[in-house]
Amino acid sequence: MFRFIVRRLLQMVLAFFGTTLIVYALMFAGQGDPIQALAGERPVTAAQRAYLTEKYHLDATGVGGFFYRYFDYISNLLRGDLGESLTGRSIGDILAAAWPVTIRLALIAIAVAVIFGVTAGVLAGIRRASIFDNATLLLTLLVLGIPTIVLAPLAQYFLGVKWQLFPPTAGADPDFFALLLPGIVLGSLSLATALRLTRTSVAENLRADYVRTARSKGLPNRRVVSVHVLRNSLIPVITFLGVEVGNLMSGAIITEGVFNIPGVGFNLFRGIRTEDGPLVVGIVSVLVVVYLVSNLVVDILYAVLDPRIRYE
Amino acid sequence: MSDFETVAASENQAARRGPSGEPGTPNQVGQPRKPRSLAGDAWRDLRRKPIFWISLVLVVLVTAMAAVPGLFTSNDPADCVLSRQHAAPSGGAIFGYDFQGCDTYARAVYGARASLLVGALSALFTGLIALVVGMLAGYFGGWVDAVLSRVVDIVLGIPLLLAAIVLLKRVATDSATVRLGSVIFVLAVLGWTTAARVVRSSVITAREQDYVAAARMLGAGNGRIMWRHILPNALAPAIVVLTIALGSFIAAEATLSFLGIGLREPTISWGIEINNGRVHMRESATPLVVPSTFLALTVLAFIMLGDAIRDAFDPKLR
Repeated sequence: MFRFIVRRLLQMVLAFFGTTLIVYALMFAGQGDPIQALAGERPVTAAQRAYLTEKYHLDATGVGGFFYRYFDYISNLLRGDLGESLTGRSIGDILAAAWPVTIRLALIAIAVAVIFGVTAGVLAGIRRASIFDNATLLLTLLVLGIPTIVLAPLAQYFLGVKWQLFPPTAGADPDFFALLLPGIVLGSLSLATALRLTRTSVAENLRADYVRTARSKGLPNRRVVSVHVLRNSLIPVITFLGVEVGNLMSGAIITEGVFNIPGVGFNLFRGIRTEDGPLVVGIVSVLVVVYLVSNLVVDILYAVLDPRIRYE
Repeated sequence: MSDFETVAASENQAARRGPSGEPGTPNQVGQPRKPRSLAGDAWRDLRRKPIFWISLVLVVLVTAMAAVPGLFTSNDPADCVLSRQHAAPSGGAIFGYDFQGCDTYARAVYGARASLLVGALSALFTGLIALVVGMLAGYFGGWVDAVLSRVVDIVLGIPLLLAAIVLLKRVATDSATVRLGSVIFVLAVLGWTTAARVVRSSVITAREQDYVAAARMLGAGNGRIMWRHILPNALAPAIVVLTIALGSFIAAEATLSFLGIGLREPTISWGIEINNGRVHMRESATPLVVPSTFLALTVLAFIMLGDAIRDAFDPKLR
């Protein structure tokens, strides 16, 4: 177990440097004149140029110089200093304002996935090959196959604009009701996967020896299902949902953009639209770290929850 | 790390039991049966599944649309007249006109080409990378496997959409061919890992078979064994994974174009159409709904087709 955690941590460190190196190399290195790019259309005086060259170590050339600047970027990232967007706002401030909204949206999505996905998954797993089972499988396939860029605008149009069941967009400070529809759209994908996972693992566990033992002891069916089967069946679901939290943080770009929710994804969406390079890089770097850490936590959680798994 | 299944892999396991996860044909006990091959069994299974036929028809239809769009509409998608803005259906324009006064249906039909081109070529390159990596890792094992598996782990750990955003932001040109090429490149570079794992595991299984040992005894070299004896075994599962991947590549292309970093006007892409229709949905919804439906049906068709074939070839479900 300890060895596994250490190995997994080392792997994450590797992945962290790998991804940040790629992000950095693509965004900053190899562009024509970074100082001019920073200044935009304005002329740059010799003094400013000398200052910026010194500050960002642009005089160091070759591979060594590249890594020098890369480690500058990394150390700034680790210290939480993400620089400024092209509009002059601190990216750290933008993110600080955006995180609470994104987290609320992600929590609604997860709640939707758990309440509907797990319940329907258990029912489908118990009544395997029934009409209900086949119907949910077909429905989840539809949900899994329909891209978010189709689902989000259509939900917005039909439920928000045409039938006016939900507010079509969320404002600057969205309340729970305004976030409900985007949360459902965002959570539908996790719902479908959670449903399928629960169904498979319930169906598998129902055939296990310990269930037969429990039955032959004379335990009522309700108790066998709700205590014995459910507890073991939820292990893969919990780990999946953990990964999904990380995914939802970064995957909300489309949903937040479509529904106008001022979260992290929305800022990234706007940064892409307005060609705001530093903002995009800042947010992507943070999201990559969130993604890597949540994957790590889930992997370790997996090992703790399921003692059957050996990692040696 | 080969002994450790990530959650993504276990999710695949779950998705493996597709919608048509019906228990296979009942064993006809007592009746003498001609032995059939796995492919024959699979074909017999597939033939009776409506979902297979529906998705196959959709795939053929959309492929024809991409190849000869003139068969489906006689209108020019670039013929846009602002005076027809949001006009009602007339002539060949069965779904009316969009904000710019272009034929909504014609644009949706012509959008199939970019989507399928990106999907098919990304899947092709993904397949090539996956075959090379999977074959090398699975066949040679040892340190080659260790290094390549680590690379797979790292690439798998990169969130696709975020990485694609970063990569595509570098492409400053508006040239349609370059943009198309870079979207394909990005999707292939980021999307090969799942297929590589599938190839690797089927190569490992095939490597231990007696006929491989026999071939080696007869003096066949590594190259010949890999090409003649192992590749055919790894190909079928890889093709199934790639069919499903093709669907998700089409969705990814549309998403990137929707965000404005994939394909750009004047290329016609469903993602761009959806984004344009979304902005004006209050005035007229058809320019949003029509390309959305085309995109969703295409993606679904490929995913369902791959799913059905995988189910049919999976002996565990029999």
